[in-house]
Amino acid sequence: MNDTDPADGPLLESRGVQVEFVARSGHAARALDSVDVSVRRGEVLAIVGESGSGKTTLARTLVGLQRPTTGEVLLEGRPLVYSTRGLRRLRSRVQMVLQDASASLNPRQTVYESVAEGIRLHKRVASDVQGRNEGQLVAAALAEAGLRPPERLFLRYPHELSGGQKQRVLIAGALALRPELILADEPVSSLDASIRGEILALLLKLREELGMGVVVVTHDLGLAWNIADRIAVMYLGRVVECGTTEEVLTAPKHPYTQALLSVVPEIEHLEPVVLTGEVPDPSRIPTGCRFHPRCPALADGSAESVGVAQACRAEPLEVLPATGDHRAACHLARVLSTTERVG
Amino acid sequence: MSVTDSELLTMQGLSVSYQTVEGPLPAVRGVDLVVRAGEVVGVAGESGCGKSTLVSTVLRLQPRDAAVSGLVEVLGQDVQTISWGDLRALRWAGASIVFQGALHSLNPVQRVGAQIAEAIRVHEPGLSQARVGSRVTELLEQVGLTGARGRAYPHQLSGGQKQRVMIAMALACRPQLIVADEPTTALDVMVQAQILDLLGDLVRDLGVGLLIISHDLSVLAEVCDRVLVMYAGRVVEAGTAAQIFTDPLHPYSQALSGAFPRIGDPAARYAPAGLAGDPPDPRALPSGCSFSPRCSRAVDRCSQIDPPLVEVAAGRPVACIRVGEP
Repeated sequence: MNDTDPADGPLLESRGVQVEFVARSGHAARALDSVDVSVRRGEVLAIVGESGSGKTTLARTLVGLQRPTTGEVLLEGRPLVYSTRGLRRLRSRVQMVLQDASASLNPRQTVYESVAEGIRLHKRVASDVQGRNEGQLVAAALAEAGLRPPERLFLRYPHELSGGQKQRVLIAGALALRPELILADEPVSSLDASIRGEILALLLKLREELGMGVVVVTHDLGLAWNIADRIAVMYLGRVVECGTTEEVLTAPKHPYTQALLSVVPEIEHLEPVVLTGEVPDPSRIPTGCRFHPRCPALADGSAESVGVAQACRAEPLEVLPATGDHRAACHLARVLSTTERVG
Repeated sequence: MSVTDSELLTMQGLSVSYQTVEGPLPAVRGVDLVVRAGEVVGVAGESGCGKSTLVSTVLRLQPRDAAVSGLVEVLGQDVQTISWGDLRALRWAGASIVFQGALHSLNPVQRVGAQIAEAIRVHEPGLSQARVGSRVTELLEQVGLTGARGRAYPHQLSGGQKQRVMIAMALACRPQLIVADEPTTALDVMVQAQILDLLGDLVRDLGVGLLIISHDLSVLAEVCDRVLVMYAGRVVEAGTAAQIFTDPLHPYSQALSGAFPRIGDPAARYAPAGLAGDPPDPRALPSGCSFSPRCSRAVDRCSQIDPPLVEVAAGRPVACIRVGEP
């Protein structure tokens, strides 16, 4: 561990991370294109975007499952070590809860075995300061994940559990290792509405009581409003807007964020801006602003009226820094915010 | 009779019970429901509430061990008793279903155009190859794809495109009633909005009736005229989409509605709303109101009286004895 006070700096961060996948045809698809994000202890960061925005690739890169082509991921300021030992050390501190709990649990393993596996791999019994045995550690993790009484679930198999219980078992498996950060990919998208709130409350509780950092990857802006401190909005491999949850969701600057917000199903809301098409193929990233072919502000002439339309089509945008203020990678937003400041 | 008020689907006192080794499992318990032409009706509820069983009875697709009682009428025909031949004619051409998990229901080794054509050929065997082809193109364009997309295999399409293909297929034989079971689950917000827009347009343009099943009340609020909320096999509340979403009366509907925060509402910050507990086992329903063990407003009487669906206002039936009480 670091001797300097690590609580000040980010716990986990990415710096200029690029991830390229090369197809057999030789075409390179850039799933992540210079991404800077960071999360501190006790902070909840939401990474939001559509399918194809690179949010899951970013999550995998942050936990070391994917090596960046260029750039680096740092844990408490130190670059990740991609050796077996280095990754093992990383996993004991940073745990990922995968999307789709039903598919992530081994159907032939009992709840006890699923949770105990990590405890054995990371020799948590030997390192437990309270001298608890394996059974006690499993029970404690299940109880923390809200499965009480835990002993009743020890011998159950995944098919005997409800969706919410499966999700809790996965979270318990991650908690058993006492990680400093949990990264959850779409933690509630496959769950019923009534269970969704419970799982989100659990993530908040872990942050409150254990001081964990939490990263949630989601397309659900309501979820971000429920639990996140900060939001990074991704589009085609880049962070296009970031800031505190209040800033990004109540005063979005980027037309993409504005469009995403406008289609959140509600009765009285903004005029919905339904973007046509889908996130483009990452092997053919558009020139200029990568969002310009779908941008409603370019289509309706608002970009033209302040004279940035040419820039939208041709000038690439800067990479947003990981920390700090509410910022959007958008030519139009930049002009609007300067005129605001002048006016 | 004018076309707009004709009843395409009528369910009266519909009950479905599965025979299991541990005894009968009542999945649907006395549901009344009507879908008219040009109308979108939604059914909301969590897993296990019986909503998918309900869908299966519309075209007599329920498993053989299911005992169905009550009436299911599609276009005036009693679906549960008509002959096999009449039922075949009704499927696809009278009513069609867009199934849940549509993303996995396409044949992976057949071009999607050919899969749409199959449904047309079965129902109109005399149609020439060219006519079938042009009908497929027309259908694909109707759901916002190009005709050329028909040459694609399912893996070459995105989730939203596959869902569009499924909808094109459901439209293939010009049905009057379409049933969509969780049409947007597993889709992104933007694609979800596109699909909901598409469904709304189809109802408006073609005058079909649409029944949508979803666990997500906000999806139903977006497109439906009327919404029914189901719990443990029963309808516990019904009303217009706006009423159910913004002013739910039954504590269960309130929990469902509260699960989706209004963005910008300070009360929802760091306070995700949930509902403790799991839905009851249909084989061992709690006594009295089946929602009472999870209900925050339950009193002693709730475990004694099984509340009937009572109209508390015009078009607002609610099954809760505490509605209207302080």
